[in-house]
Amino acid sequence: MLDAYPESRLARALLWSFGSLVLAFLILPTLIVVPISFSGSDMLEFPPRSFSLRWYSSFFGSADWMAALRTSLVLAGLTAVVSVPAAFLACIAIDRQGGRLARAIYAFAVIPSVVPGILLAIGLFFVLARLRLLGTLGGVLLGHAVLAIPVAVIVLYPAVRRFDWVQLQAARSLGAGWGRAIVGIMLPQMVLSLVSAALMAFLSSLDEAVISIFVSSGANTTLPKLMFISLRDQIDPTIAAISTLWTGLIVAVVLLFAARQRA
Amino acid sequence: MTAMTATVNAAGLRRDAAAERRFFLSLSLPSLAVVGIGAILPLFWILQQSLTTARGDFTVVNYTALLTNGLTWRSLLVTLELSGGTLVCCLLLGIPLAFLLASTSPRTASRLMVLVLLPLWTSILVRTYGWLVLLRRDGLINDLLVGSGLVSEPVPLVYNFTGTLIGMVHYMLPIFVLPTYAAMRDIDGNVIRAAASMGASLWHCFRTVILPLAFGGIVSGSVIVFVYTLGFFITPAILGGGRISPIAIRIDRTLSTLQDWGGAAALGILLLLIVAILGVTTLGATRLIRSKPGAD
Amino acid sequence: MASPRIALEKVRKVYGRHVALDDVSVDVRPGEFLTLLGPSGSGKTTLLMAIAGFVRPEAGLIRIGDADVTRLPVNKRDIGIVFQNYALFPHMSVLSNVEYPLLLRRLPRAEARERAQAALARTQLEGYDARDIAALSGGQRQRVALARAVVFEPRVLLMDEPLSALDKNLREQMQFEIRKLQQDLAITTVYVTHDQREALTMSDRIAVMNAGRIEQLDAPQPIYQCPTSRFVADFMGESNILPAAFLEPLGSALPLDGTLVIRAENLSLEREAADGDGVAITGRVTAHAFRGETWHLRLEVEGERQLLLSIPSGKSFDPADIQIGQQLTAYAAARHIHRLDGGPEP
Repeated sequence: MLDAYPESRLARALLWSFGSLVLAFLILPTLIVVPISFSGSDMLEFPPRSFSLRWYSSFFGSADWMAALRTSLVLAGLTAVVSVPAAFLACIAIDRQGGRLARAIYAFAVIPSVVPGILLAIGLFFVLARLRLLGTLGGVLLGHAVLAIPVAVIVLYPAVRRFDWVQLQAARSLGAGWGRAIVGIMLPQMVLSLVSAALMAFLSSLDEAVISIFVSSGANTTLPKLMFISLRDQIDPTIAAISTLWTGLIVAVVLLFAARQRA
Repeated sequence: MTAMTATVNAAGLRRDAAAERRFFLSLSLPSLAVVGIGAILPLFWILQQSLTTARGDFTVVNYTALLTNGLTWRSLLVTLELSGGTLVCCLLLGIPLAFLLASTSPRTASRLMVLVLLPLWTSILVRTYGWLVLLRRDGLINDLLVGSGLVSEPVPLVYNFTGTLIGMVHYMLPIFVLPTYAAMRDIDGNVIRAAASMGASLWHCFRTVILPLAFGGIVSGSVIVFVYTLGFFITPAILGGGRISPIAIRIDRTLSTLQDWGGAAALGILLLLIVAILGVTTLGATRLIRSKPGAD
Repeated sequence: MASPRIALEKVRKVYGRHVALDDVSVDVRPGEFLTLLGPSGSGKTTLLMAIAGFVRPEAGLIRIGDADVTRLPVNKRDIGIVFQNYALFPHMSVLSNVEYPLLLRRLPRAEARERAQAALARTQLEGYDARDIAALSGGQRQRVALARAVVFEPRVLLMDEPLSALDKNLREQMQFEIRKLQQDLAITTVYVTHDQREALTMSDRIAVMNAGRIEQLDAPQPIYQCPTSRFVADFMGESNILPAAFLEPLGSALPLDGTLVIRAENLSLEREAADGDGVAITGRVTAHAFRGETWHLRLEVEGERQLLLSIPSGKSFDPADIQIGQQLTAYAAARHIHRLDGGPEP
């Protein structure tokens, strides 16, 4: 883009130095937690004076943390399993319907992404109380699916729209019903989009805190809720260990995706 | 026969068409049901709560109490200050970053992009924790500031407005950069070469060609930043340390300390209204500006 | 089992205010190759898609053999279709594409494979079984699409501009291959194209379509030589449509009236071409151009009409002799003058 201005070295140097500072700002908080998680002291010191794995053992050794981790992983998996098929079908409906009604369905499906989380949380708290689902896994799942469906719809809809519908017509002319045509011809060609959607749905649930804070409790307390509570009360380096594990997971996923895209 | 064939099969074909339409529409039902029960129903319940007394009678007392309470207006002001501040910071930091990404080679850009995406995909609690560590009184930033002699004693950077703002900017910046970068990347390089060939300086070209062409992306980024930050809860709850109470925090406090469902619901509706009004007006204004030929 | 006829009665399709099919009735004979020819928007593809079952008409009757299929779902119609861009399944191999309809019909795997391979052999694709669709050339894709459309022995075959994506040489070769396959299978075929030469080359009969109607339905020669409407005359090659008053009868020619059609290639600059009973038309040269096999000449007649001449190059014609603005007389034999029935004066 700047090839038209080969002589403006200064501008380029300024842009790079400013950009690097902004990138440092973005990356610093996730990096700082790594050395602290290996610290040997109770204090939050940087750089740490001694190293240990005590905060990792304090995480993996705690029944509360482990229960929360299990809940969050199960919940994230279920959220992906529920929201991706639902969103995929909705995308087909929107694509086939077209016009105003389709826009209305799309808008309805993505509403939760623009409603402040705190509102969904207190509203859901009451609705779940009415349905006697408060504190159950199903209740939190409903809240997380509500947030994951817009994500999945936004990821999947362009892919569904791009899909060459004539392929399904061809399959039908060869004797396939709608179901077989969609499963046998459309799904295999959309694997990458479906995996991305599932991953995003999974992460959105894993990361969700506000709804969990209000509607999850007891054995179904999620990891972010437990982190929130302990962050509000004291700054425990256990959180640094969790954060490091989390960041490691994300880096692995990003690298996996980058490699996949290069292949 | 001929009189009949004019409309032969017409009724049956109409029924088939309607049946097919219904079939495809029905595919959206699972999503609509989840969103309906999990989001729309709760919102309606909040609306209903805000307009009824504890005994279930209609009332507007929740709203009058809200609007006559100075705390509400203070919360509102803090909310707008935080959102506006976040937006300004995102514009100042995000536009140059997006421009840097757009102006380097695709290879470099995709590598730098990892640094933008990593925080985006990291848990908000992890990021908030990182800031807590960095901004504390004896944290890394204050160590550096004091160590370099810039300040004589640690500056309060967290558990206040500054800390909340930093956390929110950090949360929103990647989300702002993505559409801005996409819009800048899509600019045809020949347009910039043309501007250069006509004698526009780089700064002039940036101001009169690149920014206007990336306007759409910047606006979508800005709308997202504003709408998201108005309802932020986690960041002010932790980095604000109880000293900052935007509307989302006040809703929580109204519930947890006062057990006032009506008041919390009315606050919620107020928040929803602000989000809707600001969202709709910015979108409308953009459309108006863009439909005017020659505007930039 | 012989391939059945396809009969359409008053098939009507409307998109908003646009009438795509205006009560179209047509009978495709058993084993016949019928081409729907027309400009884009004439309704030819809509008609094909209505037979296929992808377009649901507002009213009308579509029969394949004796069965009314108007409301039958696509997958129950048993029709082989070749799509414009082939619509091959990119995630499957060549063989899997061709086996697909057989496996849907629950044929045993071995038999399906055998029949798919036979179909591929028929379209000169032996040994391509395991190839990826992406690794095939345009012509090869075309053949896979063809093999896939006939492998399950459909009752009829439909093709929607199947050759439009190929270059000229390959297109001409495929025209003969498709025609031969169709004749070998003796399968009733409806073929859509906007290329008149393709239609003339391949078809038993051609239906020229315009604005949702069939303008003329006949064998290729009559369509070309005796257009019954202005539209067909205009659409098929280069024709001159003139009122009789512009023509000067020569020798024993009968007096002429009405609107007349003379093809550009039937006009000559030599008087002998009129055979003693033809016509002469005089005009001023406004343009000429070399087109390879022909010279293209444009005359202005009586200051308002354009007359188009297409003269074989290599004949006794030297363009150096002709100047813009020069007066020339063109001749045509009586047998090349065709009177348009009805139709308003141009």
